[in-house]
Amino acid sequence: MPDSSAVASGTPEIVVPDDLVIERTEHLDLYWYMLLNRRLEERLVNLYRQGRVVGGVYRSLGQEAESVGTAYALRDGDYMSPLIRNLGSILVKGVEPVDILKQYMAKGTGPSGGKDLNVHFGDLEHDFIGPVSMLGDMISVIAGVALAARIRSEDLVCMTYIGDGGFSTGAAHEGWNLICAQQLPVILVAEDNCYAYSTPTPIQMGNRDMVDRAPGYGCAGEQVDGNDVLQSYAAARRAVDRARGGGGPTLIEVKTYRRKGHAEHDDQRYVPEGEIEQWEALDPIDRYHRYVLSAGIVTAEQVEMIEAKVGAQLDEAVAEAEAAPMPDPKSVLEGVWSTPRWPHPHPNFHDFSQEIGH
Amino acid sequence: MSAPERGGETTYLEAIRQGLWEEMQADDSVFMLGEDIGLYGGAFKVTDGFLDRFGEHRIIDTPISEGAIIGAAVGAALMGMRPVAEMQFIDFMSCGFDMLTNVAAKNRYRWGAAVPIVVRGPAGGGVRGGPFHSGQAESYYAHTAGLKVVCPATAYDAKGLIKAAIRDDDPVIYQEHKYLYRRIKEDLPDEDFVVPLGSARIARPGRDLSIVTYAAMVHVALEAAEELAADGAEVEVVDLRSLVPFDEETVLTSVARTGKAIVLHEAPRTGGFGAEIAATIAEKAFEYLEAPIVRVTAPDTPVPYSPPLEDHYLPGKSDVLEITRRLLGY
Ligand SMILES: Cc1ncc(C[n+]2csc(CCOP(=O)(O)OP(=O)(O)O)c2C)c(N)n1
Ligand SMILES: [Mg+2]
Repeated sequence: MPDSSAVASGTPEIVVPDDLVIERTEHLDLYWYMLLNRRLEERLVNLYRQGRVVGGVYRSLGQEAESVGTAYALRDGDYMSPLIRNLGSILVKGVEPVDILKQYMAKGTGPSGGKDLNVHFGDLEHDFIGPVSMLGDMISVIAGVALAARIRSEDLVCMTYIGDGGFSTGAAHEGWNLICAQQLPVILVAEDNCYAYSTPTPIQMGNRDMVDRAPGYGCAGEQVDGNDVLQSYAAARRAVDRARGGGGPTLIEVKTYRRKGHAEHDDQRYVPEGEIEQWEALDPIDRYHRYVLSAGIVTAEQVEMIEAKVGAQLDEAVAEAEAAPMPDPKSVLEGVWSTPRWPHPHPNFHDFSQEIGH
Repeated sequence: MSAPERGGETTYLEAIRQGLWEEMQADDSVFMLGEDIGLYGGAFKVTDGFLDRFGEHRIIDTPISEGAIIGAAVGAALMGMRPVAEMQFIDFMSCGFDMLTNVAAKNRYRWGAAVPIVVRGPAGGGVRGGPFHSGQAESYYAHTAGLKVVCPATAYDAKGLIKAAIRDDDPVIYQEHKYLYRRIKEDLPDEDFVVPLGSARIARPGRDLSIVTYAAMVHVALEAAEELAADGAEVEVVDLRSLVPFDEETVLTSVARTGKAIVLHEAPRTGGFGAEIAATIAEKAFEYLEAPIVRVTAPDTPVPYSPPLEDHYLPGKSDVLEITRRLLGY
């Protein structure tokens, strides 16, 4: 197991943070979203294998706790911009599984009308700023969201994510430095999941831990076990409270592990033998499951009911997404500019009789 | 994966791999840098086996930093090396845009310093990659004086052009078409060969109309030409291979012979390289033209993801047939 992981020396059980204030219903929420995240991805993989999702599925298996836990510290009106693996954060923000499914299935009634794939869409109603593929770009965009809110005296906090790989981009540095220079109320969740595609974290950077960059940037920094949903939540809660109280930005490094390949096609041949199994023992949902049972928060029967409810909701969502129509080919031309542009059904079929001189 | 074997039936992807391997073998100043190119052998496996053979000083797995990759290539080139930088997708070259268009492109002009780098990577649509993994970047870079741009359409040219690009003394953007990687193959010669930059090729001769094109669209044009041959029309297909330098002579000679020209490319229309080709024909072969020069291109939109949208977006055989038939009867 890579020694860069805080989990390596940790315990396979949940560690309840001292300052954690949490209601029983909130525990149930965390459990619900982690399970929904995982089960939805499993559905997507099935659909991918049947050829009904084209393009690829990017799993977050083993990372559900950090996505869900950090985003859960936000409240309505706080903005969030995810990475491709932060399906959990998007669900917490209130985006419906059926919309994710339609998007992955390239449906015409999906959030982007089939123009973009996976979680590449935004939903301003749910304070969700859609990402682009170019890693690091969204940090500057989130800076702009926070600047606008400050000008308008709106009380909101922003959160975005960056990977151990994406943090190497110039764009990531520019964005985070701007946020720190302006002391904006932004939380950057830096995810060390041990790999960027095939590249292990020690090849990605000269330092071991991204949290060590925090003092250099001039922001608060904290490192937590990202496979522990309560620690992830508590760290984000502290950071959100700090930001809302005028205490400026926080870089939270979550130590976790990407148990699947970069995408479904990746055979993970670069992963040392036994590594995945070691992290399987630290599975965030299993850990939390044990905790909520042993702490008497839920009974085994209640857990079964949650599982059944997630399953039923997804059955319905998959059926609805499958029944949704593919886009009208001609809609490809729509929506590029605010003003209409194309007088022809397609630019290749212009009418020679309309030419000057005819 | 072992050393590539020369000759025999070779895919487009394997041809690139062979070309890179042979140049690395022949010249110690050639080295490669990029994301996931070593341990993993590249996202599309173009550099599979290179790390084992050439070692980690010549096959460098970099952080996700396109600007640093291209910038470092320039620095090494100033030291007399011939770096080959891989972009995981050509779309991410935009993240190193400044390094390419300012640092790499202008050295020779400003102070006579050679920057013999190659920046290569997969481009193009048809693989349901959506707006950030399907682009064609040639126009941005063809517009920058000091950069050369090549876009191979066949396995032979893929190999011959990568070798020529590496040996060239200027920065070369080598745009691979990912749709072609494993879909086309041909028998390649056993002996060493290069395809010189700036030489177009007549992919199919004909005397009724010229289709000037490059990259994956060459195959679309050839399919259309084949179908039109059944109607008795002889369509000539000109495969540019290099956009910069641009083989004006081959294009103009072809159009002078046929009197009609279609310019076909996969990139969007406005400001696309097709406009440059059309303008050149209009300026220099006007007297020979019997019909307007018509562009067949993608529309001015990002590349969409959903199959019905992307299929409508990409210029296809039916578009070429329809326009060609109309022009033949003009
Ligand atoms: C600027 C840029 N370069 C290259 C890529 C291609 N790419 C997509 S994901 C990825 C690896 C990302 O690793 P990391 O940031 O650690 O996120 P993870 O996949 O581990 O969640 C790469 C190289 C990209 N999206 N953006
Ligand atoms: Mg990572």
